[in-house]
Amino acid sequence: MTELKTIPDFSLTPRIDQVGIEERASRFTKRSIKNETKINGLKLALNMIDLTTLEGKDTDGKVQQLCYKARHLHDAYPGLPTVAAVCVYPSMVGIAKKALGNSGIKVASVATAFPSGQSSRDVKLRDTKFAINQGADEIDMVISRGKFHQGEYNFVFDEIAAIKEACGKARLKVILETGELGSYDKVRRASDIAMYAGADFIKTSTGKISPAATMPVTLVMLEAIRDFYYKTGKMIAMKPAGGISKSKLALHYLVMLNEVLGEEWMNNEWFRFGASSLANDILMQLMKQKTGVYQSADYFALD
Amino acid sequence: MASKKNTIKLQFNSSRNLAPAPESKSVAKIADKYDLFINGKFEKPSSKKYFNTINPANEEKLSSIAEGNGADVNKAVVAARNAYEKIWKKTSAKERSKYIYRIARMIQERARELAVIETLDGGKSIRESRDFDVPTAANHFFYYAGWADKLEYAFPNRKPQSLGVAGQIIPWNFPLLMAAWKIAPALATGNTVVLKPAETTPLTALKLAEIIQEADLPPGVVNIITGAGATGAALVNHPDINKIAFTGSTDVGKIIQKAIAGTNKKATLELGGKAANIIFDDAPLDQAVEGVINGIFFNQGHVCCAGSRLFVQESVYKIVLQKLKDRMESLIVGDPLDKNTDIGAINSKQQLDVIQKYLKIGQQEGADMFQSSCNIPKKGFYCRPTIFTNVAQSNRIAQEEIFGPVLAIQTFRTEDEAIEKANNTPFGLSAGVWTDKGSKIFNMTSKLRAGVIWANTYNKFDPTSPFGGYKESGFGREGGLHGLEGYLKV
Repeated sequence: MTELKTIPDFSLTPRIDQVGIEERASRFTKRSIKNETKINGLKLALNMIDLTTLEGKDTDGKVQQLCYKARHLHDAYPGLPTVAAVCVYPSMVGIAKKALGNSGIKVASVATAFPSGQSSRDVKLRDTKFAINQGADEIDMVISRGKFHQGEYNFVFDEIAAIKEACGKARLKVILETGELGSYDKVRRASDIAMYAGADFIKTSTGKISPAATMPVTLVMLEAIRDFYYKTGKMIAMKPAGGISKSKLALHYLVMLNEVLGEEWMNNEWFRFGASSLANDILMQLMKQKTGVYQSADYFALD
Repeated sequence: MASKKNTIKLQFNSSRNLAPAPESKSVAKIADKYDLFINGKFEKPSSKKYFNTINPANEEKLSSIAEGNGADVNKAVVAARNAYEKIWKKTSAKERSKYIYRIARMIQERARELAVIETLDGGKSIRESRDFDVPTAANHFFYYAGWADKLEYAFPNRKPQSLGVAGQIIPWNFPLLMAAWKIAPALATGNTVVLKPAETTPLTALKLAEIIQEADLPPGVVNIITGAGATGAALVNHPDINKIAFTGSTDVGKIIQKAIAGTNKKATLELGGKAANIIFDDAPLDQAVEGVINGIFFNQGHVCCAGSRLFVQESVYKIVLQKLKDRMESLIVGDPLDKNTDIGAINSKQQLDVIQKYLKIGQQEGADMFQSSCNIPKKGFYCRPTIFTNVAQSNRIAQEEIFGPVLAIQTFRTEDEAIEKANNTPFGLSAGVWTDKGSKIFNMTSKLRAGVIWANTYNKFDPTSPFGGYKESGFGREGGLHGLEGYLKV
């Protein structure tokens, strides 16, 4: 990380023009994705999913079922990829790890007093370490939005850096909770803080706040990743989460990813969808492409 | 990693080429032959001559078009004069607006067909003809339909009077839209029209003639005469024309002005441009780069107000250039009918030759040329999106209108320098300013000599907004309330 020695002044991060960014984001939705491009895109999207359950009522049974689903998305369609990861609360990491076995599917755990992040640094670090000790491959942390709004960017920066250190080899996803930030300028600023502080991924949302991921917000973050890459040569991954439940929208996101960051990012090491119901919609579309007719939702397992 | 800095480049591999998504041609009904639209009927040209109109995307013939000569023009002007004196002048404003509304609605109803034909005949991408040309054309009719019975409110304390017969000559870059820009205000203000579309793109104007016929507009109120330069000259020189409205090249604009000197003909001329798009270091850079792309590559750069000169503040020059090049790599050039095409075909062989001539000139002058690495079809007229760096004000590619997807990039240090360089051109049609600072926008826009100035956006058009230039970019305004004035005695 020698190239990151100079940390920029985050109050001077590039500004975003709201009209311009929204116009650009909507332009991606004009792309017409057909035939083999569509099938490849759908399979890729499936392979990028972090299959998620983050509920107070999560149980061992629920998580085990979800993990089975992660491994066997739809056995009626041979040759399908698996999802990228299963995303759970720290207390469920052990169960998920065991259920996924050697499938190659990662276990991601939210941490740091998810979803509000309103706790002490000490609690957040212990929360993170607990998840790591349980076997989490990836940590999804939340930033302290309150401190961010107070302008205490160094606090936010230091916290991310501390969690990153606690992560060890696990990859760190930093959730900005863009629905609470209030402007594209602030999304950009939070993205820069997270990347310079050591994030492996930047992620839009917890899924607990509306609006969650949107295309313009994701575009702001992708452009931040691009600028960071231009400056440092270091790739950062992206994870929009929440609100992406339809195949068509997922394809629009992939078009956006492809046209902003290019080929190197078009895999699940560098891009994820945080979603729970997206998988079944993609399966439905894939079966439609294969058989020519839509099947009812009852033909796709709900786990 | 530091040594890699200058070589960091995003990869846009061809392996992600999108499967073809062509718009269906079946909706476009194109006849084998089109005659002249005079006095509400399609009439054979007295020359008995027809010329071909082709699809510039594959050089295939689309249809044969009548070549109108002086006698045909005279017939059309007589029809327009009769319609003016006997019918249109006496038609109430409210009735006039009903016809105009009807035309607007019929354009909307046939939007898909018009979009496909516009793309086939002109080479522009279906995305643009579908999302921009056709809806904006309909909007112009809707907008001016609303003005027809409110002219006295537009010009309070005067009695606005129509002029009579308007001769209108339109270019090939936005064939249907330009026809709408011209016809809608003329009808709303109570004038009758003889319109000549460009010889390479007559089809949508002729489709508009069909719509006008179907809309039951009284015969002779709108006449459409196809042909080349000589047909236009006959129209300009006809003694019974009250007003000439021309959009096209500065050279032809000068000829027209000479031709009508000493006559009573009113004129509005909308001519060439060499617009400056100015990016300051405090601008939202990614959006600015997108604005540059829209500014110069919209409609293959066949736009009189295209942002063909880019001025970048030196402190952000490198990063802007890097972003611009990467963005250019993601542009899709090819079949205009494919819904994913960003940049379609150059309108004609002749225009492609002009563009290629300037590409040579630019290189000979010592500027550095960069083109995106995309594949272009073997058949048809195509040009890769192109930028020139290392350009000075004295380069011809920075001075002359190329009318293609070619951008000349220069740098500047201060606001004053940007203004001075931006204004240092014989043209004055449009300009763009990119900065996050409001006061800078106001300072720039009040000092730039251009008819249209966009701030933090580019190439935005709306029927309510006037459009027109200074200096060699012409005079008179089209669009908005100002667009009425060119067709009225006030």
